[in-house]
Amino acid sequence: MFNNLTDKLESAFKNIKGEGRINELNIANTLKDIRRALIDADVNYKIAKEFTDKVKEKAVGEKVLNAISPGQLMVKIVKDELASLMGGTQAAFSISGKPAIILIAGLQGSGKTTLSGKLAYFLKNKKGKNPLLVAADVYRPAAINQLHVLGEQVGVDVYSESDNKDVVLIAQNAIAEAKKLNKNVVIIDTAGRLAIDEEMMTEVAHIKEAVNPSEILFVVDSMTGQDAVNTAKAFNDRLDFTGVVLTKLDGDTRGGAALSIKYTVEKPIKFVSNGEKMEMLDEFYPERMAQRILGMGDITSLVEKAQENYDEEQAKKLEKKIRRNQFDFQDFLEQLQQIKKMGNLKDIMGMIPGMGKAIKDVDIKDDAFKGIEAIIKSMTPFERANPDIITQSRRQRLARGSGKDISEINALMKQFDQMRQMMKNMNKMPIPKMPGFKR
Amino acid sequence: MKSCSEHTGTAFVFLKYSITIYSYSMGLFGKIFGKKEKESLEKGMEKTRTGFLSKITKAIAGKSTVDEEVLDELETALIAADVGLDTTIHIINQVEKRVKEDKYVSTSELNTLLKDEIAQLLVDHSKADEPASIPKPYVILVVGVNGVGKTTTIGKLAYQFKQAGKSVMLGAADTFRAAAVDQLTIWSERAGVPIIKQPMGSDPAAVAFDAAKSAVAKDIDVLLIDTAGRLQNKQHLMDELSKIKRSITKVIPGAPHEVMLVLDGSTGQNALEQARQFTAATDVSALVITKLDGTAKGGVVLAIAHQFQIPVKYIGVGEKIDELLSFDKKAFVDTLFE
Repeated sequence: MFNNLTDKLESAFKNIKGEGRINELNIANTLKDIRRALIDADVNYKIAKEFTDKVKEKAVGEKVLNAISPGQLMVKIVKDELASLMGGTQAAFSISGKPAIILIAGLQGSGKTTLSGKLAYFLKNKKGKNPLLVAADVYRPAAINQLHVLGEQVGVDVYSESDNKDVVLIAQNAIAEAKKLNKNVVIIDTAGRLAIDEEMMTEVAHIKEAVNPSEILFVVDSMTGQDAVNTAKAFNDRLDFTGVVLTKLDGDTRGGAALSIKYTVEKPIKFVSNGEKMEMLDEFYPERMAQRILGMGDITSLVEKAQENYDEEQAKKLEKKIRRNQFDFQDFLEQLQQIKKMGNLKDIMGMIPGMGKAIKDVDIKDDAFKGIEAIIKSMTPFERANPDIITQSRRQRLARGSGKDISEINALMKQFDQMRQMMKNMNKMPIPKMPGFKR
Repeated sequence: MKSCSEHTGTAFVFLKYSITIYSYSMGLFGKIFGKKEKESLEKGMEKTRTGFLSKITKAIAGKSTVDEEVLDELETALIAADVGLDTTIHIINQVEKRVKEDKYVSTSELNTLLKDEIAQLLVDHSKADEPASIPKPYVILVVGVNGVGKTTTIGKLAYQFKQAGKSVMLGAADTFRAAAVDQLTIWSERAGVPIIKQPMGSDPAAVAFDAAKSAVAKDIDVLLIDTAGRLQNKQHLMDELSKIKRSITKVIPGAPHEVMLVLDGSTGQNALEQARQFTAATDVSALVITKLDGTAKGGVVLAIAHQFQIPVKYIGVGEKIDELLSFDKKAFVDTLFE
């Protein structure tokens, strides 16, 4: 799960505070931890090794200041190095040519057809283009239908030939059609293929020769493991692709494959895609990706997750109540329900930078809210709306009603008061501090 | 229409409140439940993790046969096959123990020993296949993330059961992905089995319910239910899956008799999260590993078997209808070291 590298490195470096400089000896364990984090994130093991060697070079000799923790310094070096490796020279997405041809290729199930639909949406709505989608996957059952459905969703025409199995011919016919229809971009969706399938790899190479694409995008599942390197290399050897698209980059995907691929074929990552909605295609941010790989949390994906699961009306109502210091037990209860909808809570907390260590010390159970809920549910509606009237005798009753100890009721009351205060003061802060946790 | 940034802003505020409420709740419950047990567990694990390479070095010091290089190679092979660090360490520790006991181990003996250890990690599944215990209809619910090959696997399974003389029916409960129903329909034609379907966008639980009813009415032997691909961190989709499962149980108590999680053989460590979350939602009882005809080794299965004790039943090795094999432990272990 989320092993927060920063926390790990902090402890590894405790001993060398005051040693003056980072040297080969005091860095050895740290490098091992970094390598481990990278491998956990599915970075290829060879690349993880080379990468840590590089980091060592950069770090050795760095001054250890007592004011800044060496762990944090180290994490910064690692993160920056990762980001610069994955970013590097940003090549623009080329949609030149009349029409511009974009060829989509990759393994089975990597998400080529969905990506084709998203790309068509992107080009049409963000770049003002008039694209044509081409169904050149004649093997997988219903692949052509799938593209037609997506084309309809995004309002882009789809070219297909139901009886033709010659994909090179289909691609050529599609381009002729595109010219006729005044389309300025042609997106060719191809069948998924294994890198070692000689016949299929030859086929896609033939398509490339025949249509001379301005962009060849290699589509890869972000969850791919160690094999990402082999696959990327094989596709690149045959197609000399122009860019990479990372798909399914949602939630807990660490995405080490991004580093492996960039490192191996030295081609830019042009897009990242997550979710099944057609507008969910994004540019690649090396910095974010570096944080993700290191398991350092990613506030952006956290916000995205909240967005998916919250009720906007309710959230606004809540904000108003909190501002007026009217947050009550009923709101608390409702809020707990909402939080539960957001999924595995420990993962959510793990996404917050610096939280990894804190949550490690707390035994988080999936039904951790049950006790609180039981207590609140033992309250009358009047008590829920007026927390201040819950006197000692009422607490006694609540204890009996919820099967809890009176001390637990008292603790909840106290926590509730603090929480209320905390939330009221919170709007000034960019990210809430976490009371109850050591930092 | 609201602007995107405004929307994000509200979400962020909501999130801040959620986190505060959450951490207070947890702070409270940390006190109530106590955390000692957890701490010692963490510490224990930490100990195993640190310096396992040096441990190996020590274990074989003075032995000319199984030397550090051999074990290094072993470690590399396991990692390169996506076995993952924790399980790799576990395997190496086991090997180390055996090497200690047997004193003298040659490289070829190490090979056998190692394969032994790995085979032990993999859970057996033979018992579930005993014909006497098979209820009718036998319902198999197929789940997994997007693009792993669920629909293809169902097509192949339908064909296999049909070949074995069973009557088979398919339930198209992936009503979400574009053309998923069409895809399954084509497979049903290829395998020559009936399919229960509804238009795209229908309630998948309702489709599963109908399929179960129909399978009972038509006295079908095996009912295979396809579901939409979903990433395990999308809680509402996981809830939907639990609902699909419950709707089947409503018609046939005890069903589904098998929940198959399909994993892409080229997936790395995220497969562990997939196993964890899908099991939480649907009690996964068996695994199918697909796309093992490529260069990926699917070693993450070892980690899954190690952590969750879920047996592998089938492996997919191609796109043709007969390219689904029963899982063979020995063959699988052999390919890990090819």
